[in-house]
Amino acid sequence: MTTAPALVPSFDDDAQTDRKLAIICSKGNLDMAYPGLILANAALGEGVETHVFFTFWGFDMIAKSRMNNLQFSPAGNAAMHLPVGDMRLPQSLAPLPGMTAMATKMLKKSIADLGVPEVPDFLDQIVAAGGHLWACRMSADMNHFTLADLRDDVEGIISASDFIELTVGAQLLFI
Amino acid sequence: MPVTELQGRQVHVDDEGFLTVYDEWDEDLADVLASQIGIDLTDEHWKVIRFLREDFKTVGETATARRVQTVGGVPVKEQFALFPKKPAKKMAYIAGLPKPHGCV
Repeated sequence: MTTAPALVPSFDDDAQTDRKLAIICSKGNLDMAYPGLILANAALGEGVETHVFFTFWGFDMIAKSRMNNLQFSPAGNAAMHLPVGDMRLPQSLAPLPGMTAMATKMLKKSIADLGVPEVPDFLDQIVAAGGHLWACRMSADMNHFTLADLRDDVEGIISASDFIELTVGAQLLFI
Repeated sequence: MPVTELQGRQVHVDDEGFLTVYDEWDEDLADVLASQIGIDLTDEHWKVIRFLREDFKTVGETATARRVQTVGGVPVKEQFALFPKKPAKKMAYIAGLPKPHGCV
């Protein structure tokens, strides 16, 4: 008697996949910090080798003195809605004093309510999952930062060409 | 919905092979499921699997790796060591639960 083989999910463990993902984080606003982190975390959970490169304003995500204080401003963001329905925040109100603090607080709460960690915690998790963090040489020079000013798990301050070399064959996202 | 046979037991699964009926799972079956994907269950694995089962019962969805760390108390790094490469999916499979659908 023959039986059909058991239906077992394929986790592609045997496949010699060389899939690699490189994400360039160039923004330091709280809202724009998340897309790269969420995708990096998802890729790592799928067994994909993942490198995250921080440049320009994205440097704030890994700078010890700045990473706990990322902010979200509704100014210039026409998709900023009020907590009720689909009402938009009028752009004329966006630059008012206190608006950034309020919007930041609201965004942090929405993110926390979903069980999504704050940026430094999220980077901890990405590193624990095997992700690699890299800092941009030119941004470091512009900010007068050395490795000591950055998260301890940043593996190096590297040039653009180092990064290109490092990510040969990788899929690339610029955020 | 497909039915598959694992060591003489009929279980309902989805198209990929994840169990779909919570009560068709028991701890003996977990050993069989784990061996299908090349994992020998140790006490550390069991801690995760029992958490996933209990958590699903209360929350109604499969815990993500993040939740297994923050609520279940097993760090993400350890999850990758126990269930290599794709911990969230492998943990769910062995625990007889659907794949987690949370993003983080």
